[in-house]
Amino acid sequence: MRLQKNTLFALCSVLEAASRPGEVLPAGAIARTYGISPHHLAKVLRTLARAGLVESARGVGGGYRFVGNARRVTLMDVIELFERVGAAPGAGGRRGRRAARGAGENSGSVAVERALAAVLAEIDEIAVATFRSISLATMLKLVARARRA
Amino acid sequence: MNVQVRTVQPGDLAQVVAIDAEATRLAKPEYWEDILRRYGSGRRRGRFFLVAESGGRIEGYIVGEVRDWEFGSPRCGWVFAIGVRPAVRQSGIGSRLLAAIVEGFRSLGVTKVRTLLARDNHLVLSFFRSQGMMAAPFIPLEMDIE
Repeated sequence: MRLQKNTLFALCSVLEAASRPGEVLPAGAIARTYGISPHHLAKVLRTLARAGLVESARGVGGGYRFVGNARRVTLMDVIELFERVGAAPGAGGRRGRRAARGAGENSGSVAVERALAAVLAEIDEIAVATFRSISLATMLKLVARARRA
Repeated sequence: MNVQVRTVQPGDLAQVVAIDAEATRLAKPEYWEDILRRYGSGRRRGRFFLVAESGGRIEGYIVGEVRDWEFGSPRCGWVFAIGVRPAVRQSGIGSRLLAAIVEGFRSLGVTKVRTLLARDNHLVLSFFRSQGMMAAPFIPLEMDIE
């Protein structure tokens, strides 16, 4: 399972902000901590702000602060702002749609693509269930555990 | 909220059935009577059916047992049912119930606790995740029997 770069930037940013509730974090500091380009990070933070997860504080000492509910917001809530993970059950994604269009032309390849689509959909469903079950608060506990290890 | 976690009593069962029915939208009194017979007596070592009581009212329950070599796994504790009244969720009752059954498992020398959930049961999945549970090294499989 690979997430797009912006999604990973968003997860790092929101977790960093959620780990310091009420504190304003300069965007430059987040960019340096995670090796993210300031340009990319600005776009990511704007999306997070529109979703009500962070808010910007302007002026000297400005930056972003976490304003979401860390016990309610899940990893999936953040990921969905940037990319689509998993296809609807039975849809089979791009492969499935192509297979459906080509039905009748070559039933052998259609069957192969449908079967593959079913396996890929199964993997996606597990990934989605995992992302939906982990709140930011739970993720921060995992971060703390990783620090102690 | 003053909560006491204790072994279930036969008089608690109607409230347990109601809590389960509220969550699953399906009342299963016969199933719960069977669970009470098998897990509620307190006589079978390694079986636990606990309830959380506050002011004479049952606010939640948990059921589980220690199993040897189930699915090829060395001795571990399995939690197969947990429920808390919606009105008192987020007040630590689920955590108290899980801690109590884990303590029961620990007293029997068990060092691992597992559970199995539907993928779309986000509420309970999130609860177990918040308690530190991670994916187990198993993959549940099924098929239709024609």
